[in-house]
Amino acid sequence: MHNFTPLASLAGGVLIGLSASAMLLLDGKIAGISGILAGVLKPVKGDTLWRICFLTGLLAGGLLLKKLLPRAFEFGLIRPFPLLAIAGLLVGFGTRVGSGCTSGHGVCGVSRLSPRSLVATATFIFTGALVVYLLNHLAGGAL
Amino acid sequence: MNALLTSFISGMVFALGLGISGMTRPVKVISFLDFFGTWDASLAFVMIGAIAVYFAAYRWSSKMPSPLLASDFSLPKPSDLDAKLILGAAIFGAGWGLGGFCPGPALTSLASGAPAVLIFVAAMLVGMRLHTWVSKLGATTAAWRASPSKSIQDA
Repeated sequence: MHNFTPLASLAGGVLIGLSASAMLLLDGKIAGISGILAGVLKPVKGDTLWRICFLTGLLAGGLLLKKLLPRAFEFGLIRPFPLLAIAGLLVGFGTRVGSGCTSGHGVCGVSRLSPRSLVATATFIFTGALVVYLLNHLAGGAL
Repeated sequence: MNALLTSFISGMVFALGLGISGMTRPVKVISFLDFFGTWDASLAFVMIGAIAVYFAAYRWSSKMPSPLLASDFSLPKPSDLDAKLILGAAIFGAGWGLGGFCPGPALTSLASGAPAVLIFVAAMLVGMRLHTWVSKLGATTAAWRASPSKSIQDA
């Protein structure tokens, strides 16, 4: 196992948990990123401004990272652009069909022991692993 | 107003968490998903950390009559665990494994200005729009099938 970073990952996870907890306890909202973004693309009156604030915060956090922790954007592995475009399409479409992503299902839903989210999380980790297996092992890591 | 400030700060903390944890680096994500190669278990610790905190917060929230800054909790309505959910999650997972980005880290990484991220995010937005069109088309077709005499506009 290389580049194993359990402590940094645990600390980052705790921050994600605190952020999602604040959204729940203070605002009564679920911090599911794909859902928050989709709500901005299809705005409903009175349910849009908080989404824009959250997403603006996300970008502000990104800018802070760029200043304070530039390593966060050392991507390490960038697929060829056509594959990235297909990946983006699948992520956008799939998260809408399945009503959530890593944050909404993987963190918020799993913590609530929601059967839907447990199944969704197991499914996206499984297909993610399958695609990585196909690309890295059968395609010989050429991509 | 305070609720909006919470949203902004939460978004910022969320992004910092993603960056510190390694989620913004596709190499970490893809290594986490590479169970049969050089598996890097780090991202399991992201989930452990986030779930431990949120599990406690959720239990606490269930005892609160309402959130502190809003009139009520808007939690997802319980719906069926159906084929649509599994299909959607499967499609999302395939894209996640392919690109190494999921929505939160992709949006956060826009700050890097990297063309790869711009391409991914643009495609992700198209994918979301595509879903809106497909579901509209599905609804229209279903309504038309249910009552062929009705015009499409009525549907």
